[in-house]
Amino acid sequence: MASSEEDGTVEEKENNNKKRSKSALATAWLTFYNIAMTAGWLVLAIAMMRFYIQKGTHKGLYRSIARTLKFFQTFALVEVGHCAIGIVRTSVIVTGVQVCSRIFMVWFITNSIRQIQNEESVILFLVVWTVTEITRYSYYTFNLLHHLPYFIKWARYNLFIVLYPLGVIGELLTIYAALPFVRRSGMYSMRLPNKYNVSFDYYYCLIVVMLSYIPRKEHFQ
Amino acid sequence: MDVLALEAKNVTTAEAEKKSAPRPKPKPPKKAKRTVFFEVEIVDLKTKEKLLLLDKVIRSLSIPTDPKWYPARQSLRLDPKAKCLRDEDILQTLPVGTTASFYFSDLGPQVTWGTVFLTECAGPLIIYLMFYFRLPFIYSPKYDFTSSKQWVVHLACMCHSVHYVKRILETLFVHRISHGTMPLRNIFKNCGYYWCTAAWMAYYINHPLYTPPYYGQPQVNTGLYIFLVCQVGNFSIHVALRNLKSQCAKAKKIPFPTKNPFTWIFWLVSCPNYTYELGSWIGFTVMTQCVPVAFFTLVAFIQMTVWAKGKHRSYLKEFRDYPTLRSSILPFIL
Repeated sequence: MASSEEDGTVEEKENNNKKRSKSALATAWLTFYNIAMTAGWLVLAIAMMRFYIQKGTHKGLYRSIARTLKFFQTFALVEVGHCAIGIVRTSVIVTGVQVCSRIFMVWFITNSIRQIQNEESVILFLVVWTVTEITRYSYYTFNLLHHLPYFIKWARYNLFIVLYPLGVIGELLTIYAALPFVRRSGMYSMRLPNKYNVSFDYYYCLIVVMLSYIPRKEHFQ
Repeated sequence: MDVLALEAKNVTTAEAEKKSAPRPKPKPPKKAKRTVFFEVEIVDLKTKEKLLLLDKVIRSLSIPTDPKWYPARQSLRLDPKAKCLRDEDILQTLPVGTTASFYFSDLGPQVTWGTVFLTECAGPLIIYLMFYFRLPFIYSPKYDFTSSKQWVVHLACMCHSVHYVKRILETLFVHRISHGTMPLRNIFKNCGYYWCTAAWMAYYINHPLYTPPYYGQPQVNTGLYIFLVCQVGNFSIHVALRNLKSQCAKAKKIPFPTKNPFTWIFWLVSCPNYTYELGSWIGFTVMTQCVPVAFFTLVAFIQMTVWAKGKHRSYLKEFRDYPTLRSSILPFIL
């Protein structure tokens, strides 16, 4: 009886140790992740500024940073995983929707529809995203290190008032500019008749996506 | 003073202030028994005469003062974090002393399950038929007089309509619903989903450019037989469950196979009604070879699995001698 009691307490201690080491590991990983993402978006910001200063125009800017942007924005999918396993206390669905809408913009709009890559609206939302993400990831980093400078906190909770509408405008204008090209090329669409008895029109899908910006709440993250 | 104060603390809306004033103050249990019985006799006519129990009576006393707070909408708890008291709970059996305080919360406008089921099923029935008869504004006029419908399209319409007519008749005559109501929001959510997917399916199946299944008549026949067998099975299970409930009003019993071969699946599954429903939709998918139907089947499968698992778990909790061979929805798998 005594030995089983002892085993019980030893097991408890082991569990506590496991929990502590797990959360230390989780914190370490999250800190690394947030630092890496801050660095990544900083690199993007600097690359964009350099291009504009050197070339004096925004044409071709997207092409020059496309690969970096795709890498870092796609890597943000990991955040959904963080919420799913519980090391970050946010709803999986909210994070999922946010990341998915970003990935949709990057891969299904600007990446696939070449003709709109030189639009001004693209630059607009890129700038907005860069500022937002740098603020967000540095906020998380400093939070994890328990040293939060006031201006980061201020930036996180106040800049979005300006940045969020600008970002929405940029994204909507880009999708709107893409519509005629989508219609003409019939991309990502499937027409009847076919053996699956289904049809899909990417043009109308984009219109629905534009309308869905109206009830968006998860941007207030 | 042994006054049984029924404090109504509204957790959600601010109208509790107005509401708590006319709250009745029942007396202590010993006296309350007598008083309550007396009140039962009086109030009996005004309530939906389900059960003549203290709880019901106390709540219904507020009806003359606040007709908005009908019993189905009220949720009484012993503790803010505890679950709601059920309609059947009796004051004497609850873990309360001479002073009992209940926490009241408003469940919002309620609608009966029967209403929800009927609207959910009538919608797809009518919508599908609208597409089947190709009402003028649905398909482009350029398809007029292009082709006559294939046989499988007629079959699909018959199967779909039979399915929903059967569901409506079951709701009216077979089902015994235990929980009375659900929040009003649900009717919009459920109906929206059912009606939209029915329209989406019907659009493609009845489209002039519909392509019949790849493997032709054998595939259609297979789908049809699976569908019919599962429909009969589903009906048998509903009848069996109804008979189970009719024998004893409120006590729960484990369903067992009867003489009907379709109920023999009870040896393997806790919720065969969902199994048969899934089977019907798989049959329909095979018969029509249509992606929207497959999507609807998939979503239905996920939702019914969630329900079946919940039901299975509650069976296991309720009955100690519950047969261990049974799975929740798919034999041996799920």
